Amino acid sequence: MIEAIAMAHGWEMQHDRHVVVIGQDVGVNGGVFRATAGLQQRFGKDRVQDTPLAEATIAGMAVGMATHGLKPVAEIQFMGFLYPALDQIVNHMSRMRNRTRGRLQCPVVVRMPHGGGIRAPEHHSESTESLLCHIPGIRVVCPSSPARAYGLLLAAIRDPDPVMFLEPVRLYRAMRQEVGDDGRALPLDRCFILREGGDVTLVTWGAMTLDTLRAAALLEERRISAEVIDVATLSPIDIETILASVAKTGKLVIVHEAARNMGLGAEIAALVAEHGLYDLEAPIRRVAGFDTIMPLFKLEHDYIPSVQRIVDAVELTCAG
Amino acid sequence: MKTAAEFKIHYRQILDPAGNAVAPLPPFAQDTALLLRMYRAMTLVRVFDAKAVNLQRTGLLGTYPSCLGHEAAHIGVGAAMLPEDVLAPVYREFGTQLWRGVTMTEILTYWGGDERGNDFAVPRHDFAWCVPIATQTLHAAGAAMAFKVRGEARCALAYIGDGGTSEGAFYEALNLAGSRTLPVVFVIVNNGWAISVPVAAQTAAQTLAQKAVAAGIPGVQIDGNDVFAVRQVVGEALEAARRGAGPCVIEALTYRLSDHTTADDAGRYRPAQEVKDAWALEPLIRMRKFLLHAGHWDAAREAALLEECGAAVDAAVAEYLGRPAPATDAMFDHLFAALPAQLHEQRRIARKYASKPGGP
Repeated sequence: MIEAIAMAHGWEMQHDRHVVVIGQDVGVNGGVFRATAGLQQRFGKDRVQDTPLAEATIAGMAVGMATHGLKPVAEIQFMGFLYPALDQIVNHMSRMRNRTRGRLQCPVVVRMPHGGGIRAPEHHSESTESLLCHIPGIRVVCPSSPARAYGLLLAAIRDPDPVMFLEPVRLYRAMRQEVGDDGRALPLDRCFILREGGDVTLVTWGAMTLDTLRAAALLEERRISAEVIDVATLSPIDIETILASVAKTGKLVIVHEAARNMGLGAEIAALVAEHGLYDLEAPIRRVAGFDTIMPLFKLEHDYIPSVQRIVDAVELTCAG
Repeated sequence: MKTAAEFKIHYRQILDPAGNAVAPLPPFAQDTALLLRMYRAMTLVRVFDAKAVNLQRTGLLGTYPSCLGHEAAHIGVGAAMLPEDVLAPVYREFGTQLWRGVTMTEILTYWGGDERGNDFAVPRHDFAWCVPIATQTLHAAGAAMAFKVRGEARCALAYIGDGGTSEGAFYEALNLAGSRTLPVVFVIVNNGWAISVPVAAQTAAQTLAQKAVAAGIPGVQIDGNDVFAVRQVVGEALEAARRGAGPCVIEALTYRLSDHTTADDAGRYRPAQEVKDAWALEPLIRMRKFLLHAGHWDAAREAALLEECGAAVDAAVAEYLGRPAPATDAMFDHLFAALPAQLHEQRRIARKYASKPGGP
């Protein structure tokens, strides 16, 4: 996936001279995960800039650059270090278009590694996308494969509004897939149906899509046909695709790595209850991270929902 | 022992409170039309400001941050900037904004609770008012970065207050600007008070200008009630920045003669004698005295100016009061470039329950 992300940067920088990359270590080092590898050598130090080690600086300067004709793609080194930048995101990036009636705009992409599972140190493994989904005026996108990372990142850079782009660290190197460098974007604000099925709808995003697909394969052996939906754009959410699936299957299990309390799963469950209650044949279930602090890595796989937890939740739901 | 580093902060003043030149007059002092334009602008913003406070007191305007006493700082900066430069204001620099083309009607529209006031007809590229303290300094640095990347000889100018210099974003902006030699000027308007907290409680530093030192950029302190010094020193800094010489911090010493905003009562925390003393130093007096001594001004012209400013303010107020409230859809119109389908249902509900006339 990491090569697909670097490739999307390269394509868009080649085809749009307004695109600039900023962040800590994005230049000669190519990013700590190598998401920007080779870009500074190719496009120069003006267009691929190492910033001082300050996240509010990165977000604040991105606002200034975007309102004055550039399209910054900013890297935050880990989601756990995003919080100093939130002031700029909540108070400016998300509101600039609205509060100036469209006079000034913020076409910014803020990319960040998301989630755990790679034995990283403390503060490097959290999934706090719900914080971002609560902010009006921004999009929150989380790809689940190299091809979707490529296509959705292109769409995010081309979008005239701010996009938070959450990259699941577990997928950076876990998954190999041929991706053509054709500059073709994938649609934002849409779910992707990764697997069709008739008995139960499994809704998930990011790294949990892999575990959910594995669970669906196991469930197939037990004669449960699961439809797997990758939400992809977490905000604004494409609830129509989820409702249509639930209308078909009558059952919904939501899987996410983030803590359950006020997680995006709660919003999905509420929307399905509001608009699809009479299609449901069983209670909605959530399989989520615990409402605890993400533990250090000796226990991280006890925190992240396992394939077995997903299988058990689906079987319980389908047992009626 | 060796000295690893040392610094000095210079203080610059051209006109003393009596309107006498205490330093060589800058070349622009020969431009009488410019001086009269600056004095007119200072007077206009003072008349406007008093009217705005009255509008709030009578329920016709929301909370309003008065700029009383800041006229020299604000007009001096405005006169030093070029139209293509970019201003990142805080929320009370109305003098600079009026000079740059923002209208009194737009100011009243925003402070009257309507985002359309931020949609300046001129200048389109300036930032809007910035309420979260110090965050605008990073926007100015970012805009300066855009100019630098494109090789444009333009400059950004960020205002900040004395209280704002305690915020992390301020230090980050100085650090960024210094480390990348950005064309940006930071003007600290030190009016003595951050709501109820005096400067001495913000920092142990002797000056706020010296905050520049740690960022490796020049800092200078000026008499912010002296429009000559402000115009001159800010002009020098902007020219240097446009030439590629990098950023600068200018601390303009002035005094907030008003409450913090119309929601504040400075009498709760500020000695009356201090305010009384500050009135003797206020900026319009010395500019008027200078013009009188130079033979460019008299009582009749002063009376005519006040009448003209009053009429201009009244016309702007009438235009503001005559403007219908925005339609309910305005909440949704500019949230994104195109409203996502997911929000159409909420817009339908908002329309149905719209309370204000002017809704669809």
